[in-house]
Amino acid sequence: MGEWPVGDGPVASVEAVFREERGRLLAALVRRFGDLDLAEEVTSEAIEAALAHWPVDGVPPKPGAWLMTTARRKAVDRLRRDQAFAARLAILQVEADRAGPVPAAELDGDLPDERLQLFFTCAHPALAAEDRTALTLRCLAGLTTPEVARAFLVPAATMAKRITRAKKKIREARIPFRVPGADELPQRLPGVLQVVYSVFTEGYAASSGPRLQRLDLAEEAIRLARILRRLLPAEREVAGLLGLMLLVHARRDARTGPGGELVLLEEQDRGRWDRPMIEEGSALATVALTGGPVGPYGVQAAIAALHDEAADVAATDWPQIAALYDVLLALTPSPVVALNRAAAVAMRDGPRAGLALLDELAGEPLLRGHHPYPAARADLLHRLGRDAEAAAAYREALGLAGTEPERALLRRRLGAIEETRSSSKGTRHGS
Amino acid sequence: MLLIMANAVDEDGGAAGCTVEDWMAYDKEVKDAGILVSGESLADLVTATTVRVAPDGGRTVTDGPFAETRELLGGFYVIDVPDLDAALDWAARCPGARDGSVVVRPVADFGA
Repeated sequence: MGEWPVGDGPVASVEAVFREERGRLLAALVRRFGDLDLAEEVTSEAIEAALAHWPVDGVPPKPGAWLMTTARRKAVDRLRRDQAFAARLAILQVEADRAGPVPAAELDGDLPDERLQLFFTCAHPALAAEDRTALTLRCLAGLTTPEVARAFLVPAATMAKRITRAKKKIREARIPFRVPGADELPQRLPGVLQVVYSVFTEGYAASSGPRLQRLDLAEEAIRLARILRRLLPAEREVAGLLGLMLLVHARRDARTGPGGELVLLEEQDRGRWDRPMIEEGSALATVALTGGPVGPYGVQAAIAALHDEAADVAATDWPQIAALYDVLLALTPSPVVALNRAAAVAMRDGPRAGLALLDELAGEPLLRGHHPYPAARADLLHRLGRDAEAAAAYREALGLAGTEPERALLRRRLGAIEETRSSSKGTRHGS
Repeated sequence: MLLIMANAVDEDGGAAGCTVEDWMAYDKEVKDAGILVSGESLADLVTATTVRVAPDGGRTVTDGPFAETRELLGGFYVIDVPDLDAALDWAARCPGARDGSVVVRPVADFGA
């Protein structure tokens, strides 16, 4: 169990510890009572009780067990008050007991970690993708509903409705609280990883709004991946996902300039990258790539590691990055991966080769409206000296880009091209 | 409840892509597992008739519907299983899931 604050510690740190442990308590209670609403209700009540008692009476010797006992007592009270609810839960519980073995003995007398099954429930394919993410943040990251709402820039009432709907589906469609068997795991684990990664990408590059990065969400995703890594130490794609996120997040301080503007990888001050985080991420990428066929997160982690370990753009191992994109494209064929591969090939073989690959993607419906596509074309056209076409492609990208920092970057690039074009025209006129 | 939706219907009115033997084998599996509550295969769509009652009580009867919708209900099973994962497993094994799709719906529980 985590570190517990001493009795006279500041209340803020007590709350931080509870956030860390809330998911653990919730998972254990869901397992015991088979009902997410009841488990959430009594988890909150038990934490409120702890906040009231611990600063006065001191932290009990087994805090997790104390919280669990308190929550269970409150759940039993609730069930006594509501007999019909109790009868329904009793039926569910009998079925749950029949369905699987009782959880492992509580080793050190504190809470066993049963969060894995809650991860699989929250990421169940029978739930809508957006609901999976919201539920995971609510139940496993321990965010409040207004916090989840803020993270996704939707009104709290909208998010509350979404979470209520998702919980109703879990209850009424009887989505079980269980870890899939070894035979199902390869089918179900990618869904869980996808939820965690979508929290990260949402935090890393907000699809709309003035701020480019929402660091809280990126850090929540890393925290969730760390929990998963502890729960599934043998799954190399979990290592790959955590590694990938650390390797990307290590660049966070260099990614935006003093005015909040976007700074591309090639222009970033690599001295501001987080070296310890890169080392941790690279080690995880190695784990993901060793000992069997590699998965998509492992490949992406390896690509990110090659960027992070290079002193500058010129020193980057572009042949290996391009080769890794070939592997990624075979694993997850998608035009977006093909776009990134084309950019890597351009660095390896020159802009003409990259542009040829990009032009092959021109008809892809998934790239229509995807601003990185015209922006990548513009960059290569500019490097080939075809500035009139480059300017047109930048204008096209500007019409599509979501966040203000992204648009500002495109405007700067377009401005630079237009300046050289008009000055070169001026020179011609003068001569 | 497993609602078996057929994408395309062949000349015999059965879902294309699976044989009578497939269906008989699946039906036997469901029965042997002891989970069957009820199940029917619906007759050819040309036999379908639609009734609507207007607010004034007037009854309209029309022939059809024919293949207006892309997916047609071809039959159903009601099974008794502990949770959605078990229901989805049975749905995935149903021959109708191969060419068309199977919609899984819990039967409403109005509470005792």
